[in-house]
Amino acid sequence: MTVKEIFETMEYGPAPESANEANKWLDTHARKFGHFINGEFVEGAAHFQTKNPADGEFLAEITDGSAEDVDAAVKAARKAQAGWAKLGGHGRAKYLYAIARLINKHARLFSVLETLDNGKSIRESRDIDIPLVIRHFYHHAGWAQLMDDELPGYEALGVAGQVIPWNFPLLMLAWKIAPAIAMGNTVVLKPAEFTSLTALLFAEICVEASLPKGVVNIVTGMGATGAAITEHSDIDKVAFTGSTEVGRIIRNATAGSGKKLTLELGGKSPFIVFDDADIDSAIEGVVDAIWFNQGQVCCAGSRLLMQESIADEMLAKLKVRMAKLRVGNPLDKCVDMGAIVDDTQLNTIRSLVAKAVSEGATLIQPETSVPNGCYYPPTLLANVDTAASAMQEEIFGPVLVSTTFRTPAEAIALANNTKYGLAASIWTENINLAYEIAPKVKAGVVWINCTNQFDAAAGFGGYRESGFGREGGKEGLFEYVKPTFLKGLKPFVNKHPLASGEVAMETIDRTPKMYVGGKQARPDSGYATPVLSSKGALIGHVGTGSRKDIRNAVEAAAGASGWSGASGHNRAQVLYFIAENLSARAGEFADRISLMTGASKGKASAEVDASVARLFSYAAWADKFDGAVHSVPMRGVAMAMHEPVGLIGIICPDEAPLLGMISLIGPAMAMGNRCVVVPSENHPLSATDFYQVLDTSDMPGGAVNIVTGSQDELAKTLAGHYAIDSVWHFGSEAGAKLVEAASADNLKRTWTSNGLDRDWYDNKQGEGREFLRHATEVKNIWTPYGE
Amino acid sequence: MSTIKRNPGMELDLDWVLGQKANRSAIERRAATIGTRRSVKKEWQAAWLLKAVSCIDLTTLSGDDTRARVRRLCAKARQPVRQDILEALGMGDVRLTTGAICVYHEMIETAVEALDGSGIPVAAVSTGFPAGLSPFHLRIREIEESVKAGAKEIDIVISRRHVLEGNWQALYDETCEMRAACGDAHMKAILATGELGSLRNVARASMVAMMGGADFIKTSTGKESVNATLPVSLVMIRSLRDYGDKTGYQIGYKPAGGVSKAKDSLNYLMLMNEELGREWLEPELFRFGASSLLGDIERQLEHFVTGRYSASFRHAMG
Repeated sequence: MTVKEIFETMEYGPAPESANEANKWLDTHARKFGHFINGEFVEGAAHFQTKNPADGEFLAEITDGSAEDVDAAVKAARKAQAGWAKLGGHGRAKYLYAIARLINKHARLFSVLETLDNGKSIRESRDIDIPLVIRHFYHHAGWAQLMDDELPGYEALGVAGQVIPWNFPLLMLAWKIAPAIAMGNTVVLKPAEFTSLTALLFAEICVEASLPKGVVNIVTGMGATGAAITEHSDIDKVAFTGSTEVGRIIRNATAGSGKKLTLELGGKSPFIVFDDADIDSAIEGVVDAIWFNQGQVCCAGSRLLMQESIADEMLAKLKVRMAKLRVGNPLDKCVDMGAIVDDTQLNTIRSLVAKAVSEGATLIQPETSVPNGCYYPPTLLANVDTAASAMQEEIFGPVLVSTTFRTPAEAIALANNTKYGLAASIWTENINLAYEIAPKVKAGVVWINCTNQFDAAAGFGGYRESGFGREGGKEGLFEYVKPTFLKGLKPFVNKHPLASGEVAMETIDRTPKMYVGGKQARPDSGYATPVLSSKGALIGHVGTGSRKDIRNAVEAAAGASGWSGASGHNRAQVLYFIAENLSARAGEFADRISLMTGASKGKASAEVDASVARLFSYAAWADKFDGAVHSVPMRGVAMAMHEPVGLIGIICPDEAPLLGMISLIGPAMAMGNRCVVVPSENHPLSATDFYQVLDTSDMPGGAVNIVTGSQDELAKTLAGHYAIDSVWHFGSEAGAKLVEAASADNLKRTWTSNGLDRDWYDNKQGEGREFLRHATEVKNIWTPYGE
Repeated sequence: MSTIKRNPGMELDLDWVLGQKANRSAIERRAATIGTRRSVKKEWQAAWLLKAVSCIDLTTLSGDDTRARVRRLCAKARQPVRQDILEALGMGDVRLTTGAICVYHEMIETAVEALDGSGIPVAAVSTGFPAGLSPFHLRIREIEESVKAGAKEIDIVISRRHVLEGNWQALYDETCEMRAACGDAHMKAILATGELGSLRNVARASMVAMMGGADFIKTSTGKESVNATLPVSLVMIRSLRDYGDKTGYQIGYKPAGGVSKAKDSLNYLMLMNEELGREWLEPELFRFGASSLLGDIERQLEHFVTGRYSASFRHAMG
């Protein structure tokens, strides 16, 4: 075209970023790559090809990692770990800092390589992905430096196995590796098979930074290689980002292994626009929400919820805006949307859209020119029913579904009408409305008048089936450390007494019942289980709880939402009151403990005293476990708010039947959770006595429910219950496995003792922030401001 | 300007004015990515820069302006880019001029005379420019005098105090009267956005100016401490888009002050193209109020033609 013609048409023309340097780098490696194990590049036996999704061209051959390759990498990581941890915070910080600097120096090469391998636009890899990667290493160099001061009493987990997805290849690598090595862990990481290249370039950066051998190991491969990592017996931690389906498989496979697990999975995040929003800005928000990275974003705002009064106007404007999006060669600096990562993904998107249309959705696509090949146009499915698959299933493509709401309450209901809970975006000019909605949306990240904001200083992660654990921020560090006392704990031993035939019942029979919804309840089964003293004498009976008692208890807990809404001050008052009433009956509780466990009078009294003190601790904590305001590079605030997890099933330890239970109920209550408690199976009578204390302490009915019976059976029901948000298990290793496996179906949070016994009298082991963290979710709320 | 149906204005719609929203952070984010989402290279960049030249209101608004100075500027308006460069670009036969010449009242006659036969309109800043605080009847009179002297475009300044006091009715009435005084001359309403305090006020003032019959809305006098910015521009052009959607009238936009680099001018053109469309890439609906921008564009064009970086002395002074 001539200048004169362009002067008339005013078209943009091509503006390609050169791929020369990236191609040169590939050629230097003869377009064939091995693994990076123990600081060296090693050839593997089998290879697969990685290609450029924009044009289908071959890029390089990548090694398909075998179980032996993984084993070699884990061995190298294990060998390096102790030395790496011993290097100390400052020692490690220097390496992380060097890595950040080196990536910065090679930023353009990383960006172009990322775009070649993934198909995302060069604008995004250059302006978003790579800068966030650099920031992540800088930020975590700082956490390494500060670890001793900021995380006293914690140490590295050991070797982390990390499996990452293809949508943000290097960024996800950074999110995984930076916190892990900052805290003194070593890693074995597998990049996604579609996008291994920047991870391999990163390996070279590790060499340039003189990172000690074995601290970072990269094993490439397909799903089987990933499974070999997550199932490897010498891995202490598994971190996975990817599909909910694979997350479930990993949860199952790691159940009972003692491996710490974080899962960052799918989403169907709501994008809520109220009638007082700046609509034009909200539309740009939609662009950044669902047409960012071709919609292949786990936290994409893929469900547009509009207040009815502005829906027509917004949709009309949105259509105009969609027509302006340019789809094409991702290396072109004038392109908004690049290629879909692979044909398989493209076909998935196509079939989900076809299904939505067949279910009655209105398909809106602009007449944008879309190149042949692995591309998909920006798409809006309007008038989609809540029941339609397009409203429920994650599409992972540039496809937005929309519907409308009438009131703020209905907006919240629609927003939460999903099995996911990753992110939410809220658009309103009214701060009252914004802060009314933000805490009520089930999502780990909430963006007010913005969307898809990320930073190393702010935690990211989901609720519900979007996974668990946080990445980024101080909250993310705890995923890579453990309390130092754990290594000294002894395994749990079930000291179930054998029945001696002796009877030591009270003179007037007291029939302990269960406690459901603030009322005493008989077991649905109609059966009772004998309770024996430590010497085997029959000392009473408790109800034999069953599935139905759990059902009733969960229902009662679900109904007691008032407790979660009560202020910290009010919860403290109730906890103090419980302590007061327990103290008033201390002698009776001590006698019961002695009778059940055979503990001396002195020891039993000490347990009651410790229980009273513990209740005081959590009454104290109730209004003091503050969130944080993270320092993110934005004019605004990123609040890390602590929210109750919700409904927690608590399986209590046998050791210290009263103190153990109170040590778990205490933090759960203090943070505003409601619980279903399964007391010690061997010594349940302290728990059934305790409900009388609850009854007289202004504890609202349903906030604490007690179901006695077989712990394994009841735990399994709780772990499988869709309405339960988390299960805590303190008992046998087998019980932990059972809970973790049963929780996989809806990916609920679990916290188990891994079959180890804590010393509940030791405040370090028995109370404090560790417990409070498990009793809360961290929700990061981003609010940019400025008039 | 003949192809654009002139905005006759409308009744003051206070609900619409007060309902304006402008979320500053979101607006800044969008503005910041205009230049990173779009890029023009080579021939495309040359053509876009020539388009920017055609949209410049070549301006001199100094106390020491003389007739000779204004004549020199008019000559530059007739031939903004060296002929050999235009020929090398294949644009030798396109009569490229700037969009207008913009001067104070005293210089109108000189400019009209110097531009005779060129078709380049003379714009005059008016109504007690830049503060707009001279007696109201004199401000109206100034418009009438300028129109009589041959100005085809009148750049009026609004009373910022009406905005700051929330007196939208007064702002509307003032704009209507000024528009009436302009007659056939087109009216550009300068909002002095740097003095309005908030982006919401910018949006509200834009709406009132258009309701009062402005043909163009313009950011600044060039004399405020903050002049045209991309976020302010985004707010104003979104307002004029909404006004157009509702009334059917196309309003022009003129950022003024602070646009001095070729790259900035491209960002503005891209902003117009992305938010409004191709029609806003012509001088009928888009102008830059600028004095030093042209020099930078000339250097970029010579660089494109010769492959060598240029120097300002190689281009005729305006």
